[in-house]
Amino acid sequence: MTDAANDPDKITGPTPDNAIRASEAAEATDGAGKVLAADGTPLKRSLNRALRAQKMRALMLVAPLLLFVLITFIAPIADMLFRSVENQIVRETLPRTVAALQDYDASGDEMPGDAAFEAAYYDIFFAAERKLHTRLGSRLNYEMTGASSLFRKSGRGLDDIGEVYQDQFEDLDEAWDEARPWAEMMGDPDWIAAQEAWSEDDGAMPRFELRDGVADVLPKTAEAYRLFARFMQVEEGDSPLEEEPWTVVHTALYQDITGGDISGYSGPGADRLAALAELVAGPDFETVRFQDAFEEIDEDWADPEIWKTIKTYAPAYTSGYFLNAVDAQKTADGPALRDEDERIYGLLFKRTLFMSMMITISCILLGYPVAYLLSNLPSRTANLLMILVLLPFWTSLLVRTSAWKVMLQQQGVINDVLVWLGLVGDADRLVMINNQFGTIVAMTHILLPFMILPMYSVMSTIPPSYVRAAKSLGATNWTTFWRVYFPQSVPGIGAGSILVFILAIGYYITPEIVGGTTGTFISNRIAYHISSSLNWGLAAALGAILLAAVLILYWAYDRIVGIDNVKLGG
Amino acid sequence: MSEAILTPIEKKPMNFTLPVVGAFGAFFGIFVGAANGSVLLGIVLGFALAAGLAFVAMEVLDKSQERMARYGLVALFVVAGFLLGGVPGIVLGALIGWFFGWLIYWIGEGRYRARLVPYLTGGQVLWHYSFRVLCGAIFVFLITPILVVMPLSFNAEDFFTFTPEMLRFDPEGYSLKHYRDFFTSDDWQQAVWNSVKIAPAATLLSVSFGTLAAIGLSQPHVPGRRLIMAILISPMIVPLIISAAGMYFFYSRIGLQGTYLGVVLAHAALGIPFVIITVTATLVGFDRSLTRAAANMGADPVTTFFRVQMPLILPGVISGGLFAFITSFDEVVVVIFVGSANQQTLPWQMFTGLREQISPTILAVATILVGISIALLTVVEILRRRSERLRGMSPG
Repeated sequence: MTDAANDPDKITGPTPDNAIRASEAAEATDGAGKVLAADGTPLKRSLNRALRAQKMRALMLVAPLLLFVLITFIAPIADMLFRSVENQIVRETLPRTVAALQDYDASGDEMPGDAAFEAAYYDIFFAAERKLHTRLGSRLNYEMTGASSLFRKSGRGLDDIGEVYQDQFEDLDEAWDEARPWAEMMGDPDWIAAQEAWSEDDGAMPRFELRDGVADVLPKTAEAYRLFARFMQVEEGDSPLEEEPWTVVHTALYQDITGGDISGYSGPGADRLAALAELVAGPDFETVRFQDAFEEIDEDWADPEIWKTIKTYAPAYTSGYFLNAVDAQKTADGPALRDEDERIYGLLFKRTLFMSMMITISCILLGYPVAYLLSNLPSRTANLLMILVLLPFWTSLLVRTSAWKVMLQQQGVINDVLVWLGLVGDADRLVMINNQFGTIVAMTHILLPFMILPMYSVMSTIPPSYVRAAKSLGATNWTTFWRVYFPQSVPGIGAGSILVFILAIGYYITPEIVGGTTGTFISNRIAYHISSSLNWGLAAALGAILLAAVLILYWAYDRIVGIDNVKLGG
Repeated sequence: MSEAILTPIEKKPMNFTLPVVGAFGAFFGIFVGAANGSVLLGIVLGFALAAGLAFVAMEVLDKSQERMARYGLVALFVVAGFLLGGVPGIVLGALIGWFFGWLIYWIGEGRYRARLVPYLTGGQVLWHYSFRVLCGAIFVFLITPILVVMPLSFNAEDFFTFTPEMLRFDPEGYSLKHYRDFFTSDDWQQAVWNSVKIAPAATLLSVSFGTLAAIGLSQPHVPGRRLIMAILISPMIVPLIISAAGMYFFYSRIGLQGTYLGVVLAHAALGIPFVIITVTATLVGFDRSLTRAAANMGADPVTTFFRVQMPLILPGVISGGLFAFITSFDEVVVVIFVGSANQQTLPWQMFTGLREQISPTILAVATILVGISIALLTVVEILRRRSERLRGMSPG
């Protein structure tokens, strides 16, 4: 409809297109030279310029809305699609562990080396201070049950390792447990001066800087202390000069002393450090093996499973959510289906498709006779009856859903009427709600106008003379309908069915209220993952699959009906 | 079915009238029988009673006594109904009595053929009327849920069904207390206020952007028209739960989640397809030479738009705006995710009401909303006719 009116090639009359064609034709036939416009430029160029201006103007008019829709609608959809594969959290929270597991073979049954435990100690300690370990735990819990509590426990328990060293250091010299000596040892003198001069009114604290050279002699300690100091400054708003460091710093210092040569250190507290080195070298010094400490916190750490999971989900992008959405999971040997009893999404997708199909079919069965009647009645009567179709269409969705809840309940109107009529005993009232039946009935009612309206607009264009001609040629009623009328009404059925199916497949409100547990759709699951289980990645992956299905149907609809021809309210 | 063809109407033989009317009697007998213990007895008695009444009306009484006979039937059934079912029985009895009075004369006098072409066979006539009854049943299916809600909202009890008092038409059974609840409850009033704040703002956004874009799209030369159209219509096609999820993720990234602005933007995006569709449809019939004529007479584009084009497409713009308004006003899914408790709208409040603490106040709200939608429907219908008349497409 709109195409014919808007296609520039089909408009007759003085349009720029026709003028260009005319000028081209003139050039081709007489070759007498170019047709010129009033200002002397070739007509073709002048017209092209006019055309370009027209295109620009049209685009300028569309641009604000296009931009608006792109930002408020398309960007969110893109963001959702991005979230369905995004997996930065493991990499960001456990950077050292991921690096240490680089060469770990996730397909075998071996445990990773001590380096991995050491890396995990630092990572989880820092994450626990920033309270990020529980988030990571819930992320990994989607893939491995128990990961959530494992990380929560570890976040609490890892202090024990450092305390062993902290206590011994402290016994040697109280200064090892005081804020000031640490800060003087690790911090740049200029920074210390600036930090001392700082007061609340100055705004941000002077950024902590390491003393020159300390990172070369005590690399791990410097790194741990720097993280501590920055955390104190930024997150807590406390001065590192007044806060005793985390126990992880003590562990790091112990490792630096045993791991390398510290004699190069000559800053403040060099003598204390030398004394400490002596203590550590002594036979009575108590040490902790990371692996043992981890196993003491939770024996799950002794199981290769958790390490495999970390390794498998280390990459920044994962297909894991999508695999979950189709009841599969990542294993070391590639994707594999989950156990029979853990598969729920396949069932849910099948149920969504099945119920959408049932709803579409019921809508066709109920909508066809009505559309036929409306298109064959005199227009006055048809307009009156049309109100009965349009009123539900205009009525709030929640009104209709609550109406169905009222009607279908066990103590509801339909059951009461049936009992009153004696068709059903009072004891065995029908269960019509919180199951598939309830969803199908309520949604058929809600979507029926979307079926009737396109059918009606197609059927009212079928000339009644065809039917009369068929009958006068001797066709029976049935043959007339089936061979002559029905084929002409098929486009209406197609348009209505796709529309109803698209709307049904993504419905949320009605199944949520009348569907109970067996009558819910995939969209209810998506909502559950967003608001209750907080597994946003999985919600996004399920949404992406649903979106793909709908877009294919949308494309088909565009092909068959054309988006421009969507009709609203008759 | 043209009026010119008149089928001669004649009285039908008794061996046709009696079984047909009797069959209807048997049908009603099923229910009366079931309510009183024996279905079979109900069928037999119903058949006998209906056939007997038909015989009396057709053979014993004169044709001129039709009016009296029909009143008599109503009275008879009212008494029978009262004896069987009390006060509700009176209403049902009156309806059934009226129905049989009409049916007996309609069948017996052969009036059912009056509007049909004379050559139809008996089977075709039967099919014709069965089809009408079937369609009637579907219309009932369409409209009943909405009608049932209205009387229930005046329930004096906190029940979701008709109480015996209501069925007895006892004034005690009815009250306005749910409406009182609605108008005095802070939660509901806050929800109404939020809806009233959000919907017009979203409508204004989608109408102003949408009308501009629709005008741009209806120009003859738009590069990438199909793609642009697909993008602009997509908010209507993408399932709401996906839009809601995406907006929730994205708006929380940019700090719009849980804000008034966020909800308005989201609703405006959802309303845009409706504005685009209705306004482009109106522009199809717009005569472009009018703007050229205006330009010719020296009007600048802005004047042309407001003085010439806008008045002509205004009906389309308004009905697009109404669609956008109702989309926002009726929207639950997106507002649940994008909004916070401060933006709780009327549908949201209804949704939580239906899901958790179920209260009949919802029915009072529902009745009010049905009233609003009837008003909107009327406005849209009037506008549509006016627009068609302006464009000379139909006499309306």
